[in-house]
Amino acid sequence: MPKAQVTFEDIGVTVTVPAGTRLIEVSEKVGAGITYGCREGECGTCMMKIVSGIEHLGSPSMLEDQVLKENYAGAANRLACQAQVIGGHVIVRPG
Amino acid sequence: MSGPAMTVMPGVPVEIAPDVHWVGALDPDLRQFDIILRTANGTSYNAYAVRGVDGVAVIDTVKAEFAEDFFARLWSCCRPSEIRAIVLNHLEPDHTGALPELLRLAPQAKVYLSFPALKMLKGLVKNGLDESRIAVVDEDTRVDLGGRTLRFVHTPYLHWPDTQCTWVEEDGILFSGDVFGCHFCDARLFNDRVGDFRFSFDYYYQHIMRPFREHVLNALALIEPLPVRLIAPAHGPVLRDAPTSYVRRYRQFAEPVLANEAAGRDRTLLVFYISAYGNTARMAQAVREGAEEVDGVRVSLYDLAGGDPGPFVDLVEEADALVFGSPTINGDAVKPVWDLLSSLTMVRVKGKLGGAFGSYGWSGEAVGLIEDRLRGLKLRVPRPGVKVKLIPTDEELSACAVLGRELAEHLVGRATPRHIDFTAPQALSA
Repeated sequence: MPKAQVTFEDIGVTVTVPAGTRLIEVSEKVGAGITYGCREGECGTCMMKIVSGIEHLGSPSMLEDQVLKENYAGAANRLACQAQVIGGHVIVRPG
Repeated sequence: MSGPAMTVMPGVPVEIAPDVHWVGALDPDLRQFDIILRTANGTSYNAYAVRGVDGVAVIDTVKAEFAEDFFARLWSCCRPSEIRAIVLNHLEPDHTGALPELLRLAPQAKVYLSFPALKMLKGLVKNGLDESRIAVVDEDTRVDLGGRTLRFVHTPYLHWPDTQCTWVEEDGILFSGDVFGCHFCDARLFNDRVGDFRFSFDYYYQHIMRPFREHVLNALALIEPLPVRLIAPAHGPVLRDAPTSYVRRYRQFAEPVLANEAAGRDRTLLVFYISAYGNTARMAQAVREGAEEVDGVRVSLYDLAGGDPGPFVDLVEEADALVFGSPTINGDAVKPVWDLLSSLTMVRVKGKLGGAFGSYGWSGEAVGLIEDRLRGLKLRVPRPGVKVKLIPTDEELSACAVLGRELAEHLVGRATPRHIDFTAPQALSA
């Protein structure tokens, strides 16, 4: 099984997950500070900062791109309810 | 300031500066606003018309039920065809209720708003919104009305993401939206003529602006340098007498309610608990003792049975970590815990550390429910809570101490990193 690692920097927890896992599937299980609103990529509540490894996330959909723009997102921001980790090691924190 | 008494008359605009008119509406009978605010004196929905040589700008509108009052006053000081600009400082419905009709009656007018307001506008004016009429503004935008120039001050989260102020530099007038506003309806309109509204001004800040203290400070940094001669807010009296005193009042409000003598030296961890038979109390004591093992953390313990939420909220505002202990009764945390947790929307708690623990008899839901609430308030919950069936053993009390110690270690950046492997079969659905 292809695997990936995600570190939730705010709580000091690293998880090993199957490649293709969305961040939303694990962040709440471990108590990370990323919070969710609609959970469908529309509200922008779960915007997070990718500290490193953004290249290991799947490309944002058109919807996610639009919501990121509407929320003044920077190049290192993604939505945790949408972003899938496809391999490697990604370090994230809320924001 | 003295002068003849003057009151707002139906259909008559009130000049607040040369060629600048109040065209809002009074709602003296309102007793509750937006569910969360009590309004002993009703409120006003303040809108303004600013005339330049080349046309008129309308600053905000009113709640829909008061559109008739608004238009009666507006058409008394200008014609629809003269309106060049409609400025929306804040899109909450009490300020945009008359907007669809104004857009229809003044089709040549352009709408000026902040970038976050754009999405909200599409939700308010759902049909027939002509996007070519909309201009998103920032601090560099100038709208020249001919002899009068509108500028925009970016004040997000006071109290919505969209909020901004509009500044007329030639006159020193700040159209401040909800900032410096209050729910106080008095037909004498100006702050030097109306009754004593200080309690309303303070109450409004505490309930509307206080949760956004860091944004208040950012806004004040932009507003304080302006040579303000008059503040025209979206609710309450027009502040023409000593307007900068209200800016200074906001600066006072934005200071911590409680001076934190440990600030800069220690991080602060608060343990709140309530206990039916003393079991959760013993757990609270153990959490406290565990946290106190960590240097650089000031730990405090509070029994919720002996206090009201208000003073605790002031403590929470300045704290770095919050740990809640509750027994489970009827499948829930108990009311004093919820009373405090529901009061925390009054202050900024995002990013603080949180944790939970509690003794239970049968099912033990309280800890999980408190943790969910803490996450909902955007706290970080880095360690799973401790649930104990009835009387805690020494081993279970040790687990409470570990919870306290680990939370404290997180506070000072000495937490041990953890690794969890979710790739085992069924792990993600566990």
